[in-house]
Amino acid sequence: MAWNRVAVVGAGLIPFGELFDQGYEQMAAGAFRAAVGSVDHGFDPALVDAAFVATQRGTLWGQEGIGGNTVPTAIGLAGVACTRIENACPSGSDAFRVGCMAVASGVHDVVLVIGVEKMRDKSSEEGLLARAAGGHPVYTRGESAPVLFAPFATRHMHEFGTTREMLAAVAVKNHHNGTLDPYAHFRNEVTVDDVLAAPPVCHPLGLLDCCPQTDGAAAVLLVSADRAQDFTDRPVYVAGFGTATDHPYLHEKADFVGLPATTLAAGRAYEMAGVGPAELDMAEVHDCFTITEILDVEDLGFCDKGKGGVLALEGETAIDGRLPVNPSGGLLAKGHPIGATGVAQLTECWWQLREQAEDRQVALRHGFALQHNVGGRGSGVAVVNVLTTNR
Amino acid sequence: MTATRFDLPVIEEETRPHWEAARDRRLLIRRCRACGVAHFYPRPFCPECWSEEVVWEEATGRATLYTHSTVHRNDLPPFGERVPYVAAVVELEEGPRMMTELVAAEPADVRIGMALEVDYRDLTDEVTVPVFRPVAGSVA
Repeated sequence: MAWNRVAVVGAGLIPFGELFDQGYEQMAAGAFRAAVGSVDHGFDPALVDAAFVATQRGTLWGQEGIGGNTVPTAIGLAGVACTRIENACPSGSDAFRVGCMAVASGVHDVVLVIGVEKMRDKSSEEGLLARAAGGHPVYTRGESAPVLFAPFATRHMHEFGTTREMLAAVAVKNHHNGTLDPYAHFRNEVTVDDVLAAPPVCHPLGLLDCCPQTDGAAAVLLVSADRAQDFTDRPVYVAGFGTATDHPYLHEKADFVGLPATTLAAGRAYEMAGVGPAELDMAEVHDCFTITEILDVEDLGFCDKGKGGVLALEGETAIDGRLPVNPSGGLLAKGHPIGATGVAQLTECWWQLREQAEDRQVALRHGFALQHNVGGRGSGVAVVNVLTTNR
Repeated sequence: MTATRFDLPVIEEETRPHWEAARDRRLLIRRCRACGVAHFYPRPFCPECWSEEVVWEEATGRATLYTHSTVHRNDLPPFGERVPYVAAVVELEEGPRMMTELVAAEPADVRIGMALEVDYRDLTDEVTVPVFRPVAGSVA
């Protein structure tokens, strides 16, 4: 039996991209207005009595003081209870999880979860990915983000025969989906040959195996499930969630063919939701690199360990496949504005479950959708949220 | 004025013996006297059994390559000047793994499981870091 104590009654985002002309506060306001405007029966912003803001690295956009007290003024809610949540790449999905607990506890009635991230205003050597992924503070240095994932690809290929073409198939699928998503940063098709011929970054990953650095913001509105009908006739409920940690430093990983934080978080979410992978109609998963989606689909139980490379190659995770993965274009095409990423994935799940995803709409059979992020140093933290239309 | 660089370790009280040994071309790890398991990086307690009976031990420096990636882009100074280089996870003969760099190897010749031995790179007068190189004759 799904948990279902909290409902998502509104969700929205701003088109992702290189938003040099938009400041942090403007992006936040855009996402908030989009979420408010999405509520079927209308929504008075003054109803919000708590907000959780996901921003991974507020020091990078030039106004170092960003925190829980910045966003309320930007969106016209000065005075509201507001807390910033930082939990690496799952910051947005963890802010959602915390927001759900705030509503379910009865402490807050209407909660805004908003993710905002500025990635492109600084040069790459000053940027979040270079500075955030420095390795162990004592023993290893210079582990840029691709260095944290490429050794997994090497080992996965060694143990299971995963090929560069299987990695490329993930990029091809997600770029295709991005062409169908008006909010995506990249809206162009790529071919397997394009991916294989792209400049090398960290072998075996090339440029098109990597997600871009993207600016963006997204927001969702949560209420108690009992009040959902006040706002919409098509509520989406929070069936369950889970989070977990793992060793953050690569030398202590159990192996290099899976991300244990994902497996643990998914197990907790599935148990809470009372469902498993077989009940999912779609999933938005963390594809910061092509290899990451392959690890994800295995760690989330969509296929056996070692078989993840085949799913995209054989179309099983396409929009019309057995279990569509990243119909939004994923991080690879839609982009990865870190604090906003999870909230935007949840928005995609919300649209899909409400059959509002237009050209990228998946077939609904069971009424469950899964959202997943994994990240931090060495993929040391993961969050999984499961949404449903079933009450 | 020297440019900001990001390859220098932060040397703390707890880990100073490791770095002082590295300057002398010795690789120090830690072993737990209670459960017998060796670990890296050095901790004040055993990560296997939480015993505080952990002692320094000089490793043989022999290792095998567990996984790797040849880095072609890294914008963090001074790594950008070193590309392409081989980032590596190696498994020490004593058991623990280390994240390190594989030197003196052509990226095309690097294979999981190849035999390695420790080497050292002097970064400054004070700081030397362990790196690894293929054992002579192990490159196919």
